[in-house]
Amino acid sequence: MRVVANPRGCIGAGQCVITAPAVFDQDEDGIVVVVDERPAEAQLEDVRAVLDLCPSQSISLAGD
Amino acid sequence: MAAGETRVRGIHHREGMSNTAQLVDFPLRRPGQPYPPKQYADFRSREGLVWSHMPTGAKVWLVTKYDDVRAVLTDPRISSSPRHEGFPSVGRTGGVPNPDQVPGWFVALDPPDHDRFRKALIPEFTVRRIREMRPSIQEVVDHRVDGLLAAGSEADLVHDFTAAVPSLVISALLGVPHVDRDFFEARIRLLVTMSSTHDQRDQATREILRYLSRLILVKQKRPGDDLISVMLASGAMSLQEISGASMLLLIAGQETTANNMALGMVTLLLNPQWIGDERAVEELLRYYSVADMVALRVATDDVEIGGQLIRKGEGIVPLVAAANHDSSTFERADEFDPGRSARHHVAFGYGVHQCLGQHLVRAELDIAYRTIFERIPKLELAVPVEELAFKYDGVVFGLDSLPVRW
Ligand code: HEM
Ligand code: SF4
Repeated sequence: MRVVANPRGCIGAGQCVITAPAVFDQDEDGIVVVVDERPAEAQLEDVRAVLDLCPSQSISLAGD
Repeated sequence: MAAGETRVRGIHHREGMSNTAQLVDFPLRRPGQPYPPKQYADFRSREGLVWSHMPTGAKVWLVTKYDDVRAVLTDPRISSSPRHEGFPSVGRTGGVPNPDQVPGWFVALDPPDHDRFRKALIPEFTVRRIREMRPSIQEVVDHRVDGLLAAGSEADLVHDFTAAVPSLVISALLGVPHVDRDFFEARIRLLVTMSSTHDQRDQATREILRYLSRLILVKQKRPGDDLISVMLASGAMSLQEISGASMLLLIAGQETTANNMALGMVTLLLNPQWIGDERAVEELLRYYSVADMVALRVATDDVEIGGQLIRKGEGIVPLVAAANHDSSTFERADEFDPGRSARHHVAFGYGVHQCLGQHLVRAELDIAYRTIFERIPKLELAVPVEELAFKYDGVVFGLDSLPVRW
């Protein structure tokens, strides 16, 4: 599973950062960056929560 | 086509439909108790949305189910802009300034107009920036607690603490001198009170903007590390827009946070087992959802939400408190239970306008509760809950005063 973020959709609400801090960060413009594209299984639950929590639906999981 | 037909037949429209036979008056009263109105449960149990009657005479759709509220807040055919015919207002005279009157009032702009403002401000509200701000928030809170302790063994916690902390924090962030706190509080109060008149609102708006535009001229000459200076340096906004965006931050940052802090204080005093539990803050945000009717919308096209047809030009009020008490999303939703996971609440809205200040709020509430209960462990209510002065006339729900002793 690969974590994909759409920086153009991101509105910098930071839900991703507080929910899965090992996977997401915000750059100096406050926009999402994925710091761990292929998180370990243990992190995936938090990442799945982020798919729903991100208010601009900017995070997805790719099957590759 | 069978599936399609069923769907179309499943759409309600107001003429003759049972769910709209009763036109409800809105806002609702909630006498003697701070929780979201009990009638929301009835509204959620109805099919479709609730057609209601506002004090202005306008009729609007109330949205009370969690999924429907999220759907409204993310549908591109639904607008935040009072420029559209049919945009609702909850007060007698209408609450939301029009971005044509207050340029920079970006909560009432749709993308793409909205994005320029949001993008310019996001860097100052990231999780990291707010973490860096914690020591200065702590300083503000400590100072207020010093004041409480020095003044004796009783206080009005709203005046002396819960209204003061967010106001001091947002003023410092914007670079507004603390001495002018009373000036702003008096005018903001008029803007967030439903029964204010047009003239009162207009005058308060003009006075705030005039003050801010003078302050901006000062910051142009002598920039600091405050938000006004950041907005100036960004080059993304005109001077007028900076005044409007600053006014939005002042209002959005103060009334909501102050009220949630005060109501939460009551809950923690009555449920002391949760004092010091860091999960309490998120649950307090969900539980009170003080900005229940802050996110106002209008349909710019015919839209179906929750099986209800909304016609172009009809006003929509997604009620975040009703959504946050929807028991199909939150089990035992009317119970205060920090042990639950409440992270998906919509107290801060959802979609592109989701609260810019949300991490600041979390930090302020966390530091405020942690500090006050640690330093004043004997804190208790000085009057019974039923006698507390709730803000029934507020656009944002809260408390007018909170007598305590220790
Ligand atoms: C308990 C405290 C707070 C609550 C419950 C709250 C709630 C909300 C809600 C529901 C919205 C969405 C409005 C909409 O969709 O139309 C919003 C937007 C906003 N809030 Fe907050 N808020 C709080 C505190 C703050 C603070 C402390 C600040 C600032 C420093 C702030 C700044 C804003 C701004 C600027 C927006 C507009 C964002 C945009 O349009 O992109 N809020 N807030
Ligand atoms: S949660 Fe979504 S909108 Fe918020 S910072 Fe992360 S990607 Fe951006």
